[in-house]
Amino acid sequence: MGQVVNQGVLQAKLWYAQRISAMVLGICVAVHLVMIFYAIRGGLSAQEILGRTQGNVLFAFFYEVFVLACFIHAPIGISNILQETFPKMGIAKPAACILGILILVLGSTAVVGVYSGGAL
Amino acid sequence: MSNTDLKVKVWRGAEQGEFVEYLVPRNPNQTVLDVVTYIQRKLDPTLSYRFACRVGMCGSCAMTVNGVARWTCRTHVSQIVQGDALEIAPLNNLPVIKDLATDMREFFNKWKGAVGFFKGEKTRYDDFAKVQPDSEERQLANAGIECIGCGVCYASCEVVESRQNYLGPAALNRAWTLTNDVRDVQQLERMRAVAGDAGCHACHSQGSCTEACPKSIAPTASIAGLKKLVARAAVRGSKWGKL
Repeated sequence: MGQVVNQGVLQAKLWYAQRISAMVLGICVAVHLVMIFYAIRGGLSAQEILGRTQGNVLFAFFYEVFVLACFIHAPIGISNILQETFPKMGIAKPAACILGILILVLGSTAVVGVYSGGAL
Repeated sequence: MSNTDLKVKVWRGAEQGEFVEYLVPRNPNQTVLDVVTYIQRKLDPTLSYRFACRVGMCGSCAMTVNGVARWTCRTHVSQIVQGDALEIAPLNNLPVIKDLATDMREFFNKWKGAVGFFKGEKTRYDDFAKVQPDSEERQLANAGIECIGCGVCYASCEVVESRQNYLGPAALNRAWTLTNDVRDVQQLERMRAVAGDAGCHACHSQGSCTEACPKSIAPTASIAGLKKLVARAAVRGSKWGKL
């Protein structure tokens, strides 16, 4: 019974984390859309885009926040969907962990890559 | 058969069974419960179904009529008849005992599981608790207090269908009304009981319960209230303590 209760409280905390990260994502997506317009002004080549975004600390900080919000939000949601769709397969947790790690590593790599221009 | 007869298909059997068609005379102001009662009294006395008050108070007579869960005593045939056909089945998401009677034990056990019962600390020697009618808690409790326990919301809920251990809209609505009862002393225990994926956080907010509720209660809103309250209590604590 104790474990069931703890599980419930943990799920409530995850729900809260997902809700807060959704609020952050809402703002991030809006800013990102504006950022796209800024980044593609006057030329769509990688070099031209990097010329406007590279080396900007604010840019890097914003996108790392974006990555972290995705890292929290998406695995919780995927885990819930998988648990409800395939309740007996036990794939919800491993799939959520893999997705979380992928988002964090690939996302952060992309942020660092754009910030440093591949120097690191 | 006259031109005004209703063709009524009624579920006969338990989990395994079939629809059997009966012809029932059409009357003005006839309810679905009248139709079922006519079949049992005039056509086939072995038909099993449940009812008590016939005026929408007791919550016994809910069935699936033309694919939708309804209280049959307050549902007029004229409101829902498709041509001259009615299809009457037991409620979804509950084991069928026989014909139209379902086993409601799990439904009510889940009310208990959600700590959906009152416990105060005052005795007969204490003064009455004074609850202001316009206080926020009283208003929130009022919104969900008229539940008659008919099981229509439970039978209409997609999450109940897919998650065996989900407490369901009626139990969670009851928990929410008690959460807003300032006299109750089981708040932490109740919040623990309704937290997580077997409780309020599994709700998809699809609103089928709210759409189907014959008493126009909005369990979806009650569950949303619980979600916020319980999650905050788990992370930041509540006026009753931390989970």
